[in-house]
Amino acid sequence: MSSVEFRKDLFADERDDNLNEIGKPTIRQDIIGHVTGRSKFYDDHLFDGLLHMRCVRSPHHHANIRHVDTSAAERMPGIRRIIRPSDVPHNINTLLALINFGRDDEQLLSAGRVTYKGEPILAVVADTERQARDAVAAVRVEYEELPHVLDVEEALKPGAPTVNAEYPNNSFDYHDLYDHQKLRFGDTQAALAQADHIVEGTYQMSPIEQAPVETCGAIAAPEQNGRYVCHTSTQALFFSIGVTAKLLDMPSSQLHFIGGTVGGGFGGKVDSHHEPLAVLGAMLTGRPVKYMWDRTEEFRVGAPRGAERWRIRDGVMNDGRIVAREFTGFFDSGAYTRLSSYAIIKGTGHLPGPYTIPNVSSNVYCVYTNRTPATAMRGFGITGVDFAIECHMDKVAETVGMNPIELRILNAYRDGDMKAHRRVAKNCALIECCQVAAQKAGITLSPEAMAASSKEGGGIGWRAEVPETAIDDMGRIGDRRNREIPPEPYGGATQRGSVPAGTRGEAVVAAEVQDPDMQIDPTRVGHAVSQAVGQPAPPTPAPQSGAPIPAPVPAPAPAPTASAPPPIPAPSAAPPPQQPAPSAFAEPGAPAQPQQPYKPEKPFQRGVKRPGVSRFISGTRRR
Amino acid sequence: MPKTPIRFTLNGAETGVFANSGANLLDVLRREAGDLTPKQGCAQGGCGACSVMIDGELHLACLTLAETAEGRRIDTVASLETGARLHPLQKAFAEGFAAQCGFCSPGMIMAAKALLDTTPNPTREQVAEAISGNLCRCTGYEPIINAILTAAAELRGRGAA
Repeated sequence: MSSVEFRKDLFADERDDNLNEIGKPTIRQDIIGHVTGRSKFYDDHLFDGLLHMRCVRSPHHHANIRHVDTSAAERMPGIRRIIRPSDVPHNINTLLALINFGRDDEQLLSAGRVTYKGEPILAVVADTERQARDAVAAVRVEYEELPHVLDVEEALKPGAPTVNAEYPNNSFDYHDLYDHQKLRFGDTQAALAQADHIVEGTYQMSPIEQAPVETCGAIAAPEQNGRYVCHTSTQALFFSIGVTAKLLDMPSSQLHFIGGTVGGGFGGKVDSHHEPLAVLGAMLTGRPVKYMWDRTEEFRVGAPRGAERWRIRDGVMNDGRIVAREFTGFFDSGAYTRLSSYAIIKGTGHLPGPYTIPNVSSNVYCVYTNRTPATAMRGFGITGVDFAIECHMDKVAETVGMNPIELRILNAYRDGDMKAHRRVAKNCALIECCQVAAQKAGITLSPEAMAASSKEGGGIGWRAEVPETAIDDMGRIGDRRNREIPPEPYGGATQRGSVPAGTRGEAVVAAEVQDPDMQIDPTRVGHAVSQAVGQPAPPTPAPQSGAPIPAPVPAPAPAPTASAPPPIPAPSAAPPPQQPAPSAFAEPGAPAQPQQPYKPEKPFQRGVKRPGVSRFISGTRRR
Repeated sequence: MPKTPIRFTLNGAETGVFANSGANLLDVLRREAGDLTPKQGCAQGGCGACSVMIDGELHLACLTLAETAEGRRIDTVASLETGARLHPLQKAFAEGFAAQCGFCSPGMIMAAKALLDTTPNPTREQVAEAISGNLCRCTGYEPIINAILTAAAELRGRGAA
């Protein structure tokens, strides 16, 4: 009955087929519980005296909380406790603090300000769900509405409302230095200048709700010896324990978490929001407490897959070879970071898709807007940009008048090719997938496309090399965040504040022309192409030319490094000759010296224990 | 809060509960009668996870006022199992990978049972129609339909024997 077709004829010599499970139908070990209805989901645990929790939520995208009046709600029947932000022992966290990534930016219950519609500010615990709902409706909150921003590029413009106080420029700080995640591989500016066609496109996807049939929730109850048991729908049990321990400032040995039976998650059950509130409710009332989203909350405040906007600019030759690809990405994180910062790291490692393109650059922004915070969902960080890349491949095929499948086969990565993130591609299978797909769809491919193989033609010459890639004077790729650039000459006080960087304030079609230190400078190149490796067909006249633009490009007489550098917009001057270039980068003509890998002068800030907060969880230092 | 005594036959057993006035049948089955097999997915009649049979007809327990169950016969997926042996529907679901997270399965199986009780030899389209009120988000509709057809064949064979 399986609809999976195994093509054992492909890569037969690379695979051991004597496997016991893979490729064979297997009955799930928990299936009997599922078909008899006996599998215990979190809500299938009954407790005497169970109390119910509901949250008071912001009706505004962005507002200051002027006044909260709970007096009427407190007098209503069945109300056991109204939990306020001040009841949360350590009311600040970010999900990835547990792996020291990003700064704490989100409260469990928000005090002072709300930054998205549905943000929780109070939790009401009552005998019945009905009573809790009535009490939530009886809480009077006085808001002062603030201007909000819902579009990622609007949020990056000067003067846009600050969404997230921890990141006042509305963008996540990568490596504590950049307002975007960057990828540089080769020199896209030079390659675009030589391409036959420039193909540009903008792709926008919408947020997507995971919509599990079981809504998110947790039930917590006091156990003996000061411990709390918590049945939860979480997909990330140990994440949830860590987050709960941190927010409630208690050792995780007091937490007895039970999960693993999840009624559909798809990424939407990793945010660890229910467990801390349910445990806090159990602590404050001494009773079992259930905090369960209803369907409306699941859709309205449940974190979706974040929307992404991608701009792609390709340099394409007449024969369909893509010689350069630039990306500008805007990832809508919503009001808080959660996992979006990480999704972008993941997505950047995926660029430029499963294709071997010799020049790739990318700037991706993790942008804060007054939208529901985004989180994980099946392949998040990859699927959005893949949607953009594959749409764009069709556009490229249309431009050069090629069959889109043949275009993909022509540009597909092959075993041994160097990928833009400096890993060698192996076990590639895109070409074979394209060939099988074409056969299934009844599309006739050219004999060359049908003869192509992932195992042939890869890893040769420029395809195996990391091309010359510009680095800045600190040995890093790319332009540094403007606010971090010290005024010249070097050594002055660091500029701080909201200074336009990247696309800020401008309509940008694709990755901007880089700062002066991004121009390839023979005295400051990162990875030189080995001249020993055979170059593709026509020899380039300039022997030191490492520009990996393959085959029949009319090679420019001088090295592409010298060809018409784009106008330099930034006021910060081009690198002066006496600038502190690492000595390992030899002067032109000087005998080549072995390059020293870049080493920072002081270690990166990692794992700094913050004084005065949780004794049990370390995190990065706040600034 | 006033409570209403309600008596019904649950999976063949006489059952009596005291329900809050206005409670829905799903809450009463789960909290008062202790049958946790019907699930709450939406509480608004949209997902089918709470599907049960009332007097042999498929109903959504979350949209059924508990008081209306007085004197009726209610069957959930817990009625199918006979000792260690699985009902052909359950067996076909288990062997055909027709459940992944398992949250929709109790309602899905009851929808399938309601179909097979009246239509022992359904077409594929009839099966799809019969489960059209039940959402599966792990997206196993094809294996579910296949499993229901397999179970129908086995039930027919059993009837002929």
